Amino acid sequence: MALTENDLRRLARLARIRIEDGEAGPLLAQLSGILGLIDQLQAVDTEGVEPLSHALDLQQRLRQDEITETDRREQFQAVAPQVEAGLYLVPKVIE
Amino acid sequence: MNLATTSLRQLAQALQKRQISSRELAQAYLERIVRLDSGIGAFITTDPERTLAQADAADARIASGTAGPLTGIPIAHKDIFCTQGWLTTCGSKMLSNFVSPYDAHVIEQFEAAGALILGKTNMDEFAMGSSNETSFYGTVKNPWDPTRIPGGSSGGSAAAVAARLAPAATATDTGGSIRQPAALCGISGIKPTYGLVSRYGMIAFASSLDQGGVLAPSAEDLGLVLNAMVGFDERDSTSIERPAEDYTELLEQPLKGLRIGLPREFFSGGISADVERAIEAALQEYERLGATRVEISLPNTALSVPVYYVLAPAEASSNLSRFDGVRYGWRAPQYEDLGDMYERSRAQGFGAEVKRRILTGTYVLSRGYYDAYYLQAQRVRRLIVDDFRSAFAQCDVIMGPSTPTVAFGLGEKTSDPVQMYLSDIFTISVNLAGLPGLSIPAGFGEGGLPVGLQLIGDYFSEARLLNVAHRYQQATDWHARVPALASV
Repeated sequence: MALTENDLRRLARLARIRIEDGEAGPLLAQLSGILGLIDQLQAVDTEGVEPLSHALDLQQRLRQDEITETDRREQFQAVAPQVEAGLYLVPKVIE
Repeated sequence: MNLATTSLRQLAQALQKRQISSRELAQAYLERIVRLDSGIGAFITTDPERTLAQADAADARIASGTAGPLTGIPIAHKDIFCTQGWLTTCGSKMLSNFVSPYDAHVIEQFEAAGALILGKTNMDEFAMGSSNETSFYGTVKNPWDPTRIPGGSSGGSAAAVAARLAPAATATDTGGSIRQPAALCGISGIKPTYGLVSRYGMIAFASSLDQGGVLAPSAEDLGLVLNAMVGFDERDSTSIERPAEDYTELLEQPLKGLRIGLPREFFSGGISADVERAIEAALQEYERLGATRVEISLPNTALSVPVYYVLAPAEASSNLSRFDGVRYGWRAPQYEDLGDMYERSRAQGFGAEVKRRILTGTYVLSRGYYDAYYLQAQRVRRLIVDDFRSAFAQCDVIMGPSTPTVAFGLGEKTSDPVQMYLSDIFTISVNLAGLPGLSIPAGFGEGGLPVGLQLIGDYFSEARLLNVAHRYQQATDWHARVPALASV
């Protein structure tokens, strides 16, 4: 199925990436090429094959319900774009 | 001491015998970086003061008699490994201001071993690329020919080792990012079995495929570095808990009776004549060492590329959603509201290839397409894994070319993403199966450029793979060749 510019805009919105007007055309062409590549999978007969999400058969480990993390807020917030009183600042979302 | 011709093992011996101090060794490498890296661009960050302080601590440890095999050895780290107090960019503008507040498990492991951090190496942005041309910090040039790409995504680490700007470097491999640049730069590189190296603090791309590993001139040096790097880490939920292994202990084992599986699909078209000639010569060398050839089939090889370009972007689109301009990383200087801030920060912080992958991943995971793309790719992934299982019933190791051609020219494939993706055809299936893979130098092809031989082993067969590589490297000297610019 061919990707339209509307589809691209919708994907970009879902992915929270702003697309400038001049970018849409070339991006659409490149993404269509990539979708052409992955469309090869449609022709493969996988009747009865279980999807594999991970190559190794791993089990999630359990651990004791104990606090192991130390408070490193200051170090972590030192690299944040904008903080105040230990909080991350973002534009106002509730009027 | 001539750093262009001295192996990591020899450096380690010289340090232990006190023929050279760690400080002198670090200074010598830092001097080479200053002198040679301007024409290569392998490093994003060096910090001589910190490196030399670590060297002094290593010298004290050697003097006190508590040194390990890597104590005092400088190692370059791919800029994907979070390194406390060091700029850690992952090749992206998004993290151009990110001084990591913590160390990756891999960095902790080397710290405990007493190795030095020589610097942080250039890479494709978020490890997405096969030519190191997607880096925000400039293209890396192949030390064998500066008009060619070094491979990617670990292009900086590979070029640094090839030019002997570091005795070894860490790297990561999601679809070939260790083996492909190792091949194109004429060095050795190992991607261990998925789960052996902790992903904690290794910036995530596609979590079911990402695995840390090593680049060094020889298999023997890979084993020495891997010994320090591998280890269980409960902070990575896929880290494998198993007894520690000495990856150098099988090195000298004879190869008599070794069954080499040659997948028909790796040799039928799509491989250039010069690469094919070099691989054939390597296989003949293995026969002289006592190995035999077995023809095998990996029938779904061609499908590994489309499977990968569904699963890796899907996982990436999820992993990279954390970059929102709120807690760390790039924030757009101007925006209207919160949504606009996210969209502008991500539009400005990510480069073109990263955006393509995120959008592809968003597409294959979106409602109406999830079954047709994502689940279908996971089903074909199982077929690919099953192919390897059948193959290993017939042979001990699989061999073939690491790449279809020698290093291509800078800019040659940047306009067509799909052509770039297809250059990883021989390496991707190994990640899908989680198997260990190795690339070693196997001579030269067109333009005097290196050719890499790929070795694929069964799960946890790293020591055996390194043995198979080491015996070849004792019979040949391809791994000891250095590019002209590095021999000075």
